[in-house]
Amino acid sequence: MNVFDIIGPIMIGPSSSHTAGAVRLGRIARKLLGEDAARAQVELSGSFAQTYRGHGTDKAITAGIMGMDSDDERIRRSLELAAESGLEITFVETEIPGAHPNTTRITLTGKSGEHVVVQGASVGGGNILVTGINDMSVSFTGQYNTVLVRHLDKPGAIAAVTQFMAGSGVNIGNFRLSREHRGGEALMTIEVDGDVSDELMDELRSLAPVQRAILIRAM
Amino acid sequence: MLEYKSIEELCRAAHAKNCKLSELVLDDQAESMELPREELYRRMEERFAVMESAVKAGMNPELRSTSNLTGGDAAKMWAYASSGGVCGGFVNRAMARALAVSENNAAMGKVVAAPTAGSCGILPGTVVSLASEGRCTRREAVMSLFTAGAFGMVIAAKASLSGAEGGCQAECGSASAMAAAAIVELMGGTPEQCAHACAMAIKNQLGLVCDPVAGLVEIPCIKRNVSGVAIAFSSAEMALAGIESKIPADECIDAMREVGNSIPCALRETAKGGLAATPTGERLRMQVFGPKK
Repeated sequence: MNVFDIIGPIMIGPSSSHTAGAVRLGRIARKLLGEDAARAQVELSGSFAQTYRGHGTDKAITAGIMGMDSDDERIRRSLELAAESGLEITFVETEIPGAHPNTTRITLTGKSGEHVVVQGASVGGGNILVTGINDMSVSFTGQYNTVLVRHLDKPGAIAAVTQFMAGSGVNIGNFRLSREHRGGEALMTIEVDGDVSDELMDELRSLAPVQRAILIRAM
Repeated sequence: MLEYKSIEELCRAAHAKNCKLSELVLDDQAESMELPREELYRRMEERFAVMESAVKAGMNPELRSTSNLTGGDAAKMWAYASSGGVCGGFVNRAMARALAVSENNAAMGKVVAAPTAGSCGILPGTVVSLASEGRCTRREAVMSLFTAGAFGMVIAAKASLSGAEGGCQAECGSASAMAAAAIVELMGGTPEQCAHACAMAIKNQLGLVCDPVAGLVEIPCIKRNVSGVAIAFSSAEMALAGIESKIPADECIDAMREVGNSIPCALRETAKGGLAATPTGERLRMQVFGPKK
């Protein structure tokens, strides 16, 4: 904790969990899609479902999907801006069993047909926890630079990636693996200290077991 | 480096270095964040500038919140302040600034969470008021936010800054205590006087519950920012007059934690008790969200 955690962040109101955190969840979904979204379905669960209109949670998530930051003054007009830019967005009130009260599941379809489903919660003070990507359960906060690596569940895949990172001087702070089923698609969630360069990400993508790798910079 | 685990630690360290609390905290934070002091000052000045523009934006008489429950009261207060009111123009304008920032927050405007969005009007109501009315320089005002921030860090470590955990005393109460310390420093008080002001502000909001109508950061949050400003000024004035808090600031913060733990869940941001559960509170909730599902 430092003094700017107390005098800060600079944000768009009214609520750090219902607006600032919601923007970040939308941003993460956009980042995981890897391109501009053409269609979005936003499911809202718990307190998000009950109060999203009054808090502007719908505007906040939309703004995030459009790539805005949580201090962007266009958030207030994001629904209009989305309509103007041709982003088709629908909100569905639902109940995701066992989920944190402020949970959303965002399904995005990109302009070239890419598809992603991201589930996450706004856990207070603008902080978030991403809990699911497509059918896989994950757990990361976006507070650290986070590398997501999709690969096939085969012996040696994890060693290849972690050895490469160690060799490049990247210190891993947290590592988590999830997989659909044995031998199926798997996902490494790697939170690292310090910066990860674009060149390093390119090299990582060229490793044999790696199907796709994304860097989500700390936010 | 400082631990930010007690107000006493801050006062002792400021004495040892014979400097203001704000200078102590700026030096310490620059060291622990491994950044130059100028960079930290620049970041704090950026926050101060956002506070100033939130005051301006919130004075718009047409401003309305997303729920349409609130807005426009800052403009009324500002107009009234020109008459001097009962407490004088300065206090009335400070109240108007607190309303403006809180109403701007409810209307999805840009604010600085200080320490939270729900309590974002209290530091602007006090510190921006002193700077914009020539009672201190802008630089001194920016610096005083380091003092306020340090007091907030201690409260966060020893108690809580979240309404869901500690009730409104943790949000508006903490903001008011932080502001009281900043005011004392700006008016030339000693670190001990800052601590006494902090203690007195906490004592006067101990037990304040978090009971937002419809769960929104509007009713009563916006007006509690105004009382937070009034309590910050009155606590600072007492400290500057040489009045001491019989209970030390650190023990007041401990008490705040204990009181927060015993506030029932219905009165900790869940909108199930207090003002939220009144017939009018319930009617306003219906007006915004429709019947309960």
